[in-house]
Amino acid sequence: MGLMRIDLLSRRRLLQSASALVASTALPAWSRAQEAKGGGRLVVAADSEPKNLNPAIVASNGVFFIASKVVEPLAEASYTAPGGLAPRLATAWDGSVDGLSVTFRLRDGVKWHDGKDFTSADVAYSAMNVWKPLQNLGRVVFANLLAVDTPDPLTAVFRFSKPTPLQLIRNALPAVSSVIPKHVFEGTDIAKNPANLNLVGTGPFRFAEYRPGEYYRLTRNADYWGKDEPKLDEIIYRILPDRAGAAAALEAEEIHLAAFSAVPLSDLDRISKVPGIQVVTKGYEALTYQLVVEINHRRKELSDLKVRQAIAHAINRKFVIDTIFVGYATASTGPVPKNAPEFYDPEVASYPFDTRKANALLDEAGYPKGTDGVRFSLKLRPAPYFNETKQFGYYLRQALAAIGIEATLGNADAAAHQVAVYTDHDFDLAVGPPVFRGDPAISTTILVQSGLPSGVPFSNQGGYENKALDSVIAKAAETIDAEARTEFYRQFQKIVAADLPLINVAEWGFITVARDTVLNVPDNPRWAVSNWADTALRS
Amino acid sequence: MTAALRLIRRRLATSIPVLLIVIVLTFVLLEFSSGDAVDAYLISIGGGDPAVAANLRHAYGLDQSHLARLWLYLSSLARLDFGWSVAFERPVADLIVERLPNTLLLMGSATALAFGLGTSLGIVAGARPESATDRVISTVSLILYAIPGFWLGLVLSIVFAVKLRWLPSAGLETIASGRTGSARMLDIAMHLALPVGTLAVIYMALFMRVMRASMAEVWRLDFVTFARAKGLSRRRIVLRHVARNALLPLVTMLGLQSAAMLGGSVVIESIFAIPGFGRLAQEAVTQRDTPLLLGIILTSAVLVIVVNLLLDLVYALLDPRLQPSDRSA
Repeated sequence: MGLMRIDLLSRRRLLQSASALVASTALPAWSRAQEAKGGGRLVVAADSEPKNLNPAIVASNGVFFIASKVVEPLAEASYTAPGGLAPRLATAWDGSVDGLSVTFRLRDGVKWHDGKDFTSADVAYSAMNVWKPLQNLGRVVFANLLAVDTPDPLTAVFRFSKPTPLQLIRNALPAVSSVIPKHVFEGTDIAKNPANLNLVGTGPFRFAEYRPGEYYRLTRNADYWGKDEPKLDEIIYRILPDRAGAAAALEAEEIHLAAFSAVPLSDLDRISKVPGIQVVTKGYEALTYQLVVEINHRRKELSDLKVRQAIAHAINRKFVIDTIFVGYATASTGPVPKNAPEFYDPEVASYPFDTRKANALLDEAGYPKGTDGVRFSLKLRPAPYFNETKQFGYYLRQALAAIGIEATLGNADAAAHQVAVYTDHDFDLAVGPPVFRGDPAISTTILVQSGLPSGVPFSNQGGYENKALDSVIAKAAETIDAEARTEFYRQFQKIVAADLPLINVAEWGFITVARDTVLNVPDNPRWAVSNWADTALRS
Repeated sequence: MTAALRLIRRRLATSIPVLLIVIVLTFVLLEFSSGDAVDAYLISIGGGDPAVAANLRHAYGLDQSHLARLWLYLSSLARLDFGWSVAFERPVADLIVERLPNTLLLMGSATALAFGLGTSLGIVAGARPESATDRVISTVSLILYAIPGFWLGLVLSIVFAVKLRWLPSAGLETIASGRTGSARMLDIAMHLALPVGTLAVIYMALFMRVMRASMAEVWRLDFVTFARAKGLSRRRIVLRHVARNALLPLVTMLGLQSAAMLGGSVVIESIFAIPGFGRLAQEAVTQRDTPLLLGIILTSAVLVIVVNLLLDLVYALLDPRLQPSDRSA
C-alpha cells in the first residue's frame, strides 16, 4: 500500500527550485506521439511490486491497486448506490434475523479469464479456504464463519457460529471478498500457486505480463460482463520507485496518472499549474488514513489521564494540516473519521490547541518543570512509512518541548519500527498511520482493545486496558441490529476521546495526479483500488 | 604467461577466505539488525495476527537458530545454490541474473565514459600545469564532483526529459514496445543517456584530477628533461612520455572505482527507475531478505576481485617493468 516510500524533503525542495529555474525559459519541445488507438493504453505509476498479488490472500492497497482490475469482489463501494455499496460479483445480499447467516445472490453469465463459468462454488472455496484462514483482514471479519452452502450455482449462503452483523459484512465486502477460481487453486499449495502472480479473475482486465522492476501489463477482457466495459485496451503499471520520478514522468507525458500521492504533497501546488495536468482529491474516501499518537501506558507519567490530555492540548492541529499536509487533510476528533458518516460522532471530548492549559494540567498532575524547564523525558518513535508521519514526529517533539516534555526521536526503518513499537514496546510515544477500513470492527477497535498478543502491527501495544471500552467493543461485535450497533460505536468514540488511549490528530486521503486526457477518474470512494472498468482516455 | 597464471591461482586462493568473511559478517549484521523479513512483510500489507506471523516465520525458516541458518546457507552455497529470496518469492540466482546485466551496462558505460573523458581532460590540464586551461578544467571538475548525484540526476531529467523532451525520463527501455535488434539497442541507449551521463560527470572529476596530478609529477622526472633535450616535439613528449607514464595510477583508480560505482548506482537506479543491482540491494535490506543480500554482496565481491585481477594483468602490459606477481592486492 505504498508504505515503503522514502523521500527526502530537501530533494523535493531542490527539484522545485530547479524546475522553476528551467520553467522560466521557454524551450521548443517535440511531444512524443501518444500511442492511443481505440480504447488506448493507460500508463500509471506504481511504487511497489507486491510479491503476492492475490487480493484474496493479501487485502492491502498495494495489491488492490493492480489486482482489483483483474480479480473482483462481491461488491464495491459506491457514491450513489443504496447503502454505499454497488453490486459486482454478487447482485444482492441479505442477512438472517438471528445474524447466523448471510445469503448472496450471484451474477449470472460471468466467466473466468480462462473461459470457465463463475459459480457459487468459487465463492465458497474463496471464503472457506482463503479469506477465513489466510487473508489478513478476512481472518478478523470471517472468524466465525462455519461454512458456505451452495444450494445452486448462483446462491451462496454464509453460515456463522456466532451472530455476525450484516453491517460489518457489508462494510467489509469491498476489501475482503475478492473471489478467486476454485479450479485453479483447489488441491494446490495456495500460498505457492503461480496464479498468485499470474492472476486469473473475472474482472475487466486480464493479467498479461510482469517485467520485474519495470512494469505490469493488463489487457482488456473482451468477455467482461459489464456492458461496453472496459473502455481501455491496456493498463500499464510502470514501476517508478522515486517519487520525484513520478512527477517528472507525468510532466514528460510518459505516464498518464499517479495515484496514492505518488507525487509528493509539496509538489502539488506547482504541478497543478502545469497545463494538461489535474490534481484530484476525490476517490479515497473509503481509504482514510489516520495520523495517530500511540501512547505507551506502561510509562508512569503517560498512564495519568491529565498528562495525555496535556499532550492532546499541546498539538496544533491546524498547523499540522496546513504545514505538514499542505492542506490535504482534516483534523480528527476521534477514532472514527468524518468520511465514515454512518458511524462518525462529532459530540466527543475535544482538545483545542492551548499550551497554557496543557502546562497547567501537567502541573496539576504533579510533574513540575525542573530548573532546566523540563518536566520529564520521553522516547518518541515516528513511523517511517510516510513523509507526513516522520515530519509530524519532528513537529511533535517541538510541541512537547513547549510544555516542558523533552522527547528524543527514535529513527528506524519499517521493519525495525515494527519490532520496536509493536513487539518490544520500546517506545513512550509513537506516531502511526492506521487505516479506517469502512467499519470500526475491521482495523480500528484493535487500536485500543486490551488483551492482544504482542507482535501485531497497528494494534494496541501500549498496554492500555479499559474494561468499559472492551465491553463496548465486544457488544458491538455481536450486535445484529445496525442502529444499535452504530450506537455502540458512538459510545466507543466518546470513551476513546475522553480517556485518550491514543490521540487522533488528523485524517487524510491520498491524491491522484492525472493528465486531463484520463476520463472518469474518481467515480467511487475506493477508486484507486477499484476495477477501472469505465476509466477512459480521450484521444 | 606463467606469471599471469600464477597470479590468477594465487588470487583465487586468497579470495575464498575473503568471501567467507564477507558472507559471515553480512549475515551477522543482518541477523542482529532489528526486525526480520516477516516484520517487514506484515508492515507492507498493513498488519497481520501472530498466527500469520508464526506461519510465515516457519515457512521462511526464520524459526531456526542463527547458526543453523548460517550453516544451511553456507552448505547450499557450496553446491552453488544461492537460496530463495523471501522478499520476491523467487530464487536469488534468478534475480541476480536478471538484474546484474542492467547494472553492469549502466556502470560499465559510465566508468568507460568517466575514464575516457577524465583522462583526456587530465592530459589537457596536465600538459601545461598551472596554465589557465588547467585552472578552468580543474575548477569545473571539482564543482561537478561536489554535486550530489541525485540532484544532478533530477536536474538533468527535468531539463532533458521534462522540458526539452529529448530523452526519456526513466526506465531501461520503452515499455512493451515490441522493438527488437538495433531499434531496441538504440532505445536502451536513449534511456541510459541520462543516468550514464550523471554518473560519468561525477566520477569524471576523480580520473581527471588523478591524471593531472600524476602528469605534473612525471614532468619533473629526468627522462622528460632528456626528451626535451633531445628536441622532441611537445606533443610527442606529452602523449608518448608523460601521459603514458602518468596513466598507471589511473588503472589502480579504475579498480577502486568499480567498487564505488556499485554503491553509487543505488541512488541513480532509483531516480531513473532502472531495475538494477543497487535497487535490488536496497530492497533486500528494507525487506530483511538475508539470502538475497548475501547473494548480491557475494556477486559484487566476486566482481570487484575479478576487475582487480584483470587490471593487474593490464598493468603488466602497460608497464613491462612490473611482473604481475609483484603487486599484491
